[in-house]
Amino acid sequence: MELTRLPLLKSALKSRYPQLAVFIVMLIGYIFAILAGLIGTPVGSHNFSIVFVWIAWWAILILVAVPFFGRGWCAVCPIPLPGEWLQRGAILAPPDKRPKWLNLRVPKMFRNIWLQNISFLLLALFSSILLTTPNITGIVLAAMLFAAIGLSTIFERRAFCRYLCPVGGFIGLYSQTAPIELRIKDKQVCVKCEGKPCYNGSQAGYGCPWDVFPGGLTKNTYCGLCMECIRTCPHDNIAVNLRPFSADLAKPSNRMDEAFKAFIMLGSAMIYAGVLLGPWGMFKDAAYNVGSSAWFVYAIIFLAIIFVILPGFFTLALSLTLSNGHPSPTGRGVGVRAFASLSSALIPLGLMFWVAFSLSFVLTNASYILAALSDPLGLGWNLFGTANTAWQPMLTTILAPAQTLALVGGLIWSARTAQKAANEVKVSSIPVIVYSLIVTSIMLWLLL
Amino acid sequence: MNPRISLLLFVMAGLVVAFAPLPAPAVAPQARTFRIDARQYAYSPSELKVNAGDTVILQLVSNDVVHGLYVDGYDISVEADPGQTATLTFTADKLGSFRFRCNVTCGAMHPFMIGKLTVSNNNWLYRSIGLSILATFGLLLFPRPSLITDY
Repeated sequence: MELTRLPLLKSALKSRYPQLAVFIVMLIGYIFAILAGLIGTPVGSHNFSIVFVWIAWWAILILVAVPFFGRGWCAVCPIPLPGEWLQRGAILAPPDKRPKWLNLRVPKMFRNIWLQNISFLLLALFSSILLTTPNITGIVLAAMLFAAIGLSTIFERRAFCRYLCPVGGFIGLYSQTAPIELRIKDKQVCVKCEGKPCYNGSQAGYGCPWDVFPGGLTKNTYCGLCMECIRTCPHDNIAVNLRPFSADLAKPSNRMDEAFKAFIMLGSAMIYAGVLLGPWGMFKDAAYNVGSSAWFVYAIIFLAIIFVILPGFFTLALSLTLSNGHPSPTGRGVGVRAFASLSSALIPLGLMFWVAFSLSFVLTNASYILAALSDPLGLGWNLFGTANTAWQPMLTTILAPAQTLALVGGLIWSARTAQKAANEVKVSSIPVIVYSLIVTSIMLWLLL
Repeated sequence: MNPRISLLLFVMAGLVVAFAPLPAPAVAPQARTFRIDARQYAYSPSELKVNAGDTVILQLVSNDVVHGLYVDGYDISVEADPGQTATLTFTADKLGSFRFRCNVTCGAMHPFMIGKLTVSNNNWLYRSIGLSILATFGLLLFPRPSLITDY
């Protein structure tokens, strides 16, 4: 169903002003979060930066934005804005073809999501202090803003978003499951289109900031939903569509960077569930005391789970089916192809692991939002009369059933995806489904 | 078998797994006292197990800063000053597994200072795993016709 047939929505997307208005609000909020982290109270649960970034924003991102709107957050994320304005030398003015800065192309070796995998893991290893210490959150938010600005002056387009952003990597992966997509309407129109203004830009707008040619889009992963191509397409050939969930996973990716992203996200959700929400103080101490020998052991175990144990057992499961007398349909590399393709089954499972984990974390701590709203810096203000709202967990009676629903639903979704992916690479899906059942059972044990 | 009948049977089996009453172990209720040492950011012991109907007496001892103990599901709490002991008494009349957590801001990792109380058995976990296994069998035994292969 083409949503851009709705005249009101289409004009809202074509105009730059509604998006700019949201951008400005987001940018102000982002800068305020940085300042609150740096100058506000060091008590995380009373500081705007911690409460609004890691509770409010995270809840909206993982429970609503990613599952239903895919890269919808990227469409309004303020991080690339200052760099992009600097890069373009304009905020709303028609583009000038002359590059303002170095405008280099990102080297080919970095045109994948390995850097995003690394940046996410770096944050994940320090997450216990990042999630709880306002000035660390402030520094990381500022670092991301300055990294985006720096990369915009060196490389063309949104190099930070596309290749480095630790959040954008997993949003892209999980956006494949979302029921929203931006696609062309008629491929032949793109083939005949001269100048490809959607990619190269024109007087109507800028070339794709995400370095994607919309005519070749087959999945959501790298489309940031910035809507620039809707503005530049002279043939009105770009549409935003409503579609079934996880439509992109019908044709799974063969890329190892994306496959490992699925393991990184799956493993991180399990580790966080155990370390942060579990009853084991020893793990919390190890995760929090960065630089101590216990932390190094924690980091090694964290990385071993993600890069050795989870993919190792997955490979073992696949080897059972690949060595079971099924000839390779494509010759060499079938194992790698099967690994990468079948790991797409872990994408819906990983997303639902994060939903289940976040439900617990968010419902327990959501009441801090009201207090932080009235006293964002922890300075004793009471702007809206809610500064003294007492901490109270929300909906604890439905938490366990909701988590079960998310995890069992994720398992079913994952098994269906595995069956489709197995069809594509012509192997059995059973080992992947059993693997998904085992990791789901572990996650249930960790959360319930 | 007709796919609709199969689906109906699996849904019914799922409902049985999720909601069928389980026999509670017949153990006479008794008073159970636990001394819980609280420090940044852990309880010791951090996992408690009692029987349904037991009178639970939690003696919370804070070893560093002010700590609290709030029991999810029971919605009851207690606070202990440093070096002091505070007592929380309640009847374990709700079955299952419940997190207990610090409800007094005690430092950076305060939101993650968590323990676990299990009353009788953690039946919801067993039911959830049962549902997972049932769903897996259902998907393996009755895949969509378009996904049936010889691989």
